[in-house]
Amino acid sequence: MTLEARGLSRRFGGLLAVADVSLRLRPGVPHAVIGPNGAGKSTLINLLGGAIRADSGAILLNGADVTAAPDWRRARAGIGRSFQRANLFPDLSVLENARLAAQASLPGWRLTALAKEESGTWDQAWAALDRTGLTGFAAHPAAAISHGQRRLLEIAAVLAALPSVLLFDEPLAGLGPEETAPVVALLRDLAATHALLLVEHDMDAVFAIAAEVTVMVDGGVLETGTPEAIRTSAAVRDAYLGHRA
Amino acid sequence: MTRPGARGNLWLGLAALALASMPLWAAPWHMQLASTAAIAAMFALSLQLLAGGAGLISLAHAGFFGLGAYSVYLLGGGRSIFLTLPAAALLAGLAAAATGYLALRTRGFYFLMTTLAFGQMLFFLFHDTPLGGGADGVFIARPDMIWTVPKAARPVVFLLLNLTILTAMYLFLWKLMGSLFGHALSGIRANEDRMRAMGHDVAGLKLTAFVLAGALAGVAGHMAAVTDAFVSPELLGWHHAAEALLMILLGGIGHLHGPILGAFALTAIREVGQSITERQRLVEGLAILAAVLLLRRGIAGLRR
Amino acid sequence: MEGFLAQLLNGLQYGLLLFLIGSGLTLIFGVMGVINLAHGSLFMIGAYLAYVVATLTGEFWLAPPAAVLGGLAFGALLERGLFRKFREREHLDQVLLTFALILLFEEARAALLDNQFHAVAVPPSLDFSIPVTGGFAYSAYRLAVLAICLAVAAVMFAFVERTRIGASIRAAAENPEMVDLLGLDARSIHTLVFAAGTALAMLAGALAAPLQSVYPGMGDGFLILSFIVVVIGGLGSIAGAFWAALLVGSIDTLGKVYAPQIAGISVCVLMAAVLLWRPNGLFARG
Repeated sequence: MTLEARGLSRRFGGLLAVADVSLRLRPGVPHAVIGPNGAGKSTLINLLGGAIRADSGAILLNGADVTAAPDWRRARAGIGRSFQRANLFPDLSVLENARLAAQASLPGWRLTALAKEESGTWDQAWAALDRTGLTGFAAHPAAAISHGQRRLLEIAAVLAALPSVLLFDEPLAGLGPEETAPVVALLRDLAATHALLLVEHDMDAVFAIAAEVTVMVDGGVLETGTPEAIRTSAAVRDAYLGHRA
Repeated sequence: MTRPGARGNLWLGLAALALASMPLWAAPWHMQLASTAAIAAMFALSLQLLAGGAGLISLAHAGFFGLGAYSVYLLGGGRSIFLTLPAAALLAGLAAAATGYLALRTRGFYFLMTTLAFGQMLFFLFHDTPLGGGADGVFIARPDMIWTVPKAARPVVFLLLNLTILTAMYLFLWKLMGSLFGHALSGIRANEDRMRAMGHDVAGLKLTAFVLAGALAGVAGHMAAVTDAFVSPELLGWHHAAEALLMILLGGIGHLHGPILGAFALTAIREVGQSITERQRLVEGLAILAAVLLLRRGIAGLRR
Repeated sequence: MEGFLAQLLNGLQYGLLLFLIGSGLTLIFGVMGVINLAHGSLFMIGAYLAYVVATLTGEFWLAPPAAVLGGLAFGALLERGLFRKFREREHLDQVLLTFALILLFEEARAALLDNQFHAVAVPPSLDFSIPVTGGFAYSAYRLAVLAICLAVAAVMFAFVERTRIGASIRAAAENPEMVDLLGLDARSIHTLVFAAGTALAMLAGALAAPLQSVYPGMGDGFLILSFIVVVIGGLGSIAGAFWAALLVGSIDTLGKVYAPQIAGISVCVLMAAVLLWRPNGLFARG
């Protein structure tokens, strides 16, 4: 259960959005990517998840090259990702949202496999809601729950498909302090059993969760290290504060 | 797209029984009209799998209907209906597979335009070449149907046959839309990109639906050929596909049974219109305006 | 050889007429996000306008300017009255509403005129042949149509590439929200684009009238072919529409002469090939 990126690069027009980024994700070593806006963090997640292709570099899932695989094949292979914009299926209930995500993990889409009614996907969906504390809202339409609950549903939908690698894109964005704590606890829990990549602006959360931190600036890796090393790095502080100003 | 519940299916069943009892009280001419409506309902219902089911608005669908109809002609007279019916579904399904493989590479307006063009290609195939017996259409020999149907009994036999196949098609789609496959299609209609990101094989699912819908349209076309004993290139033209879309919208695109209501309603509107004015296009044009501008949720959505 | 040359010129001239129709379609798709199935009917209306003008006044050359001016007015009216409201609608609604327009336009034509085929005479001033090479002469009227279409295309390119309004049309075709960002009145741009598209389609109809009969439903074939032009050229691309129109026009014309049975299919095969190779069209941006 490892996801490894080797020398990933991606250019948009004249802009080098991600430049020669390498990292390795494995269970027990939650990895956070931080950096100023426009540093290429979301592009990196898109490259790892397969939403966009890398110009160069390789992506290995458990040693197997998935660089050329489209996003849905990578998702089926166990790479689960969340989106910044919580845009699941507003007309479906919370439970149905999770179940539709769980369904994606079934082997094959073919009629013979799918002609059955729901089968075990309900169990996976309930388990995901249980994990994220949404069981009480299972029957609510996704459009009718709060912003914080939608962020949780975003995570639940990822978990329902039983992934082994988790790519979370700002899961805490827009959450209040009381809402943040349980999500941080959940992410710490998940990191023990899943390879986890976290892109997040909330530095307290990043340092509470991550065992490794990569700092990206202008598409490239400025520094990778333990949270302590990053916290005390002069180079990081200069680059980060310089960009913020 | 919602499926009718037990109560809704009960009402639909009663309506089907009422139509099936027509031989007891209606004139042959009315039974023919009901047959026409039932075939239109099969056609619109097959397209509903794409339109209401997966959010795919295809204008190639009449091409598959027409191929199903022409398969009776292409196989030659005197074949058993147990051969011609599966052959029609197979031929239409194969054409849908080829069309879908290409057209489903596109989305939105592009999909509309490419399906329109491919549908017209099938139209030209039968309009411009001698393959289908010419541009003006051709009378065909009906397939063998176990026993010979006397001429006087045709309206009754065809009505019951068409109602049976329509019912079977409806039940099949009802079951299908409740399956995981149906759920996946609904997800694609709501948010295709998200479905792909979650790991659903969106391209495979859409193509499967496209082929299945095409094969069902072929069945509808086959029944049109068997009932009318006449086929013409117009069956494949895009105006015919637009009519099926009109039936779907008129009946309610949000409901599985909408197209059935729409098909019977449009057949009735046309019939009444024909008795009032010779300007059929005016009647149809106004029906569209009414359906789009006034009845936004269709007949099936009236009760809410 | 001369025969082939004549057919090739016919193909180019047919392609240029397709460009007049297709360029309007592609801009209306690109800028407004509206699919207009009745665009072929506008072509038919232009042809019937030419028939009526030529019959009433005896002077065909009044028809093209009448088609352009009438098209601008009619297009602006359609956009303000109908298509502005269609923009918010789903694709299915747009398909059916513009399908209804086809039916109503056809019905209006039948009510105002008749359901007959009509011939429009080639204007006497150009009813002769011009020697092109040694033994080969080509219809002067067809050459004039070629020249007019090329001139219109040149004016369009100049307008879209060189003027401020043209720049915002290009920006809008690429990204509809861009118009608002540029601070231009998106609504006026929509009216302008739709009116121009209508005028171009009606001009094409008027110019085509002496080349073929004027008949009910004549816009249908042109609609399909101009859709194929838009798909091959790439949505919202005028240059793409231009080259695709010449390609489609030539293949269709040569096909009708040398392989009449597969002419209708050959163009679709071309489109299929483009879809396999470049699903967003040959000239799609990005």
